[in-house]
Amino acid sequence: MSDHEYTPKSKFGKWFNDRLPLLTLANHLTDYPTPKNLNYWWTFGGILTFCLITQIVTGLVLAMHYIAHADMAFDSVEHIMRDVNYGWLIRYIHANGASMFFLAVYIHIFRSLFYGSYKAPREIIWIIGIIIYLLMMAAAFLGYVLPWGQMSFWGATVITNLFSAIPLVGEGIVTWLWGGYSVDNPTLTRFFTLHYLIPFLILGLVVLHIWALHVPGNNNPVGIDIKKPSKDTVPFHPYIVIKDGFALLMFMIVFAFFVFYTPNILGHADNYIEANPLVTPAHIVPEWYLLPFYAILRSVPDKLLGVVAMLSAILILAALPWLDTSKIRSAVFRPLYRQFYWILVADVLILGYVGAMPAEGLYLLVARVATAYYFLHFLVILPVLGWKEKTLPIPLSITEPILGGSPNLATAKNKESLNK
Amino acid sequence: MKNFFKIFSFIILFSGLSLSTQAAEKVEYLKTDWSFKGLFGKFDRAALQRGYQVYTEVCSSCHSMKYLSYRNLAEKGGPEFSIEQAKAIAASFEVKDGPNSDGDMFTRPGRLSDKFVMPYDNVQAAQAANGGAYPPDMSVLVKARGGGVDYIYSLLQGYEDPPAGVTLDEGVYYNKYMYGNKIKMANQLSDGLVEYSDGTRASVEQMSKDVTTFLMWSAEPHLESRHRMGFKAIVYLIILTILVYFSMKRIWSRIETEV
Repeated sequence: MSDHEYTPKSKFGKWFNDRLPLLTLANHLTDYPTPKNLNYWWTFGGILTFCLITQIVTGLVLAMHYIAHADMAFDSVEHIMRDVNYGWLIRYIHANGASMFFLAVYIHIFRSLFYGSYKAPREIIWIIGIIIYLLMMAAAFLGYVLPWGQMSFWGATVITNLFSAIPLVGEGIVTWLWGGYSVDNPTLTRFFTLHYLIPFLILGLVVLHIWALHVPGNNNPVGIDIKKPSKDTVPFHPYIVIKDGFALLMFMIVFAFFVFYTPNILGHADNYIEANPLVTPAHIVPEWYLLPFYAILRSVPDKLLGVVAMLSAILILAALPWLDTSKIRSAVFRPLYRQFYWILVADVLILGYVGAMPAEGLYLLVARVATAYYFLHFLVILPVLGWKEKTLPIPLSITEPILGGSPNLATAKNKESLNK
Repeated sequence: MKNFFKIFSFIILFSGLSLSTQAAEKVEYLKTDWSFKGLFGKFDRAALQRGYQVYTEVCSSCHSMKYLSYRNLAEKGGPEFSIEQAKAIAASFEVKDGPNSDGDMFTRPGRLSDKFVMPYDNVQAAQAANGGAYPPDMSVLVKARGGGVDYIYSLLQGYEDPPAGVTLDEGVYYNKYMYGNKIKMANQLSDGLVEYSDGTRASVEQMSKDVTTFLMWSAEPHLESRHRMGFKAIVYLIILTILVYFSMKRIWSRIETEV
């Protein structure tokens, strides 16, 4: 793991470290050579770690007061909001924290897409990341069910019913998931158990994610392999720690604004109505972060194929390192890919928008076109682009452009003209 | 730093988007100034007390408020009745209690610790008494409706004669702010319906505003401390961010590069 031998200074430290090399680990983490040109899009890894810890800590406190019972869940949430000391604060941090977590993870994922961080030798980091993302969606969905409001109940009904699309055994699986013949108390208790379990699975995977990262080291905006440690790198502490810290604080300001001033804006009003199996809400919509996939699901007329499309939309990401055939990592040196990248961003935003609208008329048409384009991007455009695209020449090291005091792109172009 | 502003504006854009998608569905509601909006928003104490009066004298005959206790009426950040007043209010209600040592249920005057007395024993009784419609519990009603306070405020004043071509069944009324325009609650407010003890003229508009303010408090009883704490938290974060920014500049200056 470490690039150089480390020996603790004190006698006890050496004795301990020979038996459990925690100090070597700590030394590795602080000395970890990091590319010095990482921009602010790289700070979201640290921000995400903060989000996870925040969710776990606030979640633990909420679980002390929450009652996972169909007749008492809604009341217990109101009890938290009214009578538990600072219960409103804990709950609003947890509820908005989920949204902030997804906001950060989307930035993190799209940063990877732009700078080609998923490419060799970082495929395993990427795939672990996709698994974390899937688990996050599961945790968020399960958590949204727990307050047992109308959207909780009907969201759970709609999503669990997706499994009924599986031929032959579908209905049986749904009954098994519910623990009965409808979404009811057994469903709520198992959802609570799983909601409590998943964050710790995510935590374990985050450790693997970081471990896998520390083998090849960080990618960087220029996307080239660098020597470590060298003039191109800085030790993680204090350089990256302070920069991540600064970005985290900015993120926390936005977070705090949501928590203290518009705590319910990202939720749905119907979830303040207690679950009622006899009354279906006018529109059943998931939380904003799941909307693009919801749009894909609804854009396919067949239920089974819709579910397949939705799952493929996520799983296709895992195949990305092999779908993208370009040898160049960073979009900075891929003028065509850069344009398709932004089209993809727009496509996903459009999917999110139509996912929130009723699936009819123009919205449905737009959803279908956007869904088709989504798959086109990954299955056709990316592989073809890798073969056809004329990329810009890449610099040999990142030190030069930095010492020149100009943005990487300009320097690279400069260099190109000099080379001629 | 340039990139950093890009990210920040992206986040702002995202917040803006989430706000505008919510706004897209809105009907034009009646506007009024709410004292509890904004960074330092606080409840208008007198409006809360008047709103409580409207609730007890008008709404409470059909609508429950099951998450509120009489003690809440005297708590900080709410209507802030004195303890004596709150005790007197509680005592004016008959509360069912028991079983006693003989195994019988009995009634006694309410105490501060009691929840608000419900108008009906159960949902079925409420529906039976209201033509099949269940008058929703009002504790979190403001948060349970898309338009929030503006919606409730408008709805209370939105009763009209149905336009030509709209026929209404027995016990159904026309309200221009109601989803689908048909509502099973009759117009409840009329000028001078309640007599405010502080001498305020009880116009329909005034009563709507007062009772909506009261409902906002009942849905968000900790709103005032939330706003206070939010301001402190954000100011603290901004100062810390500035300090960390300069530390960062200092640290990175050692290696002659832009952050």
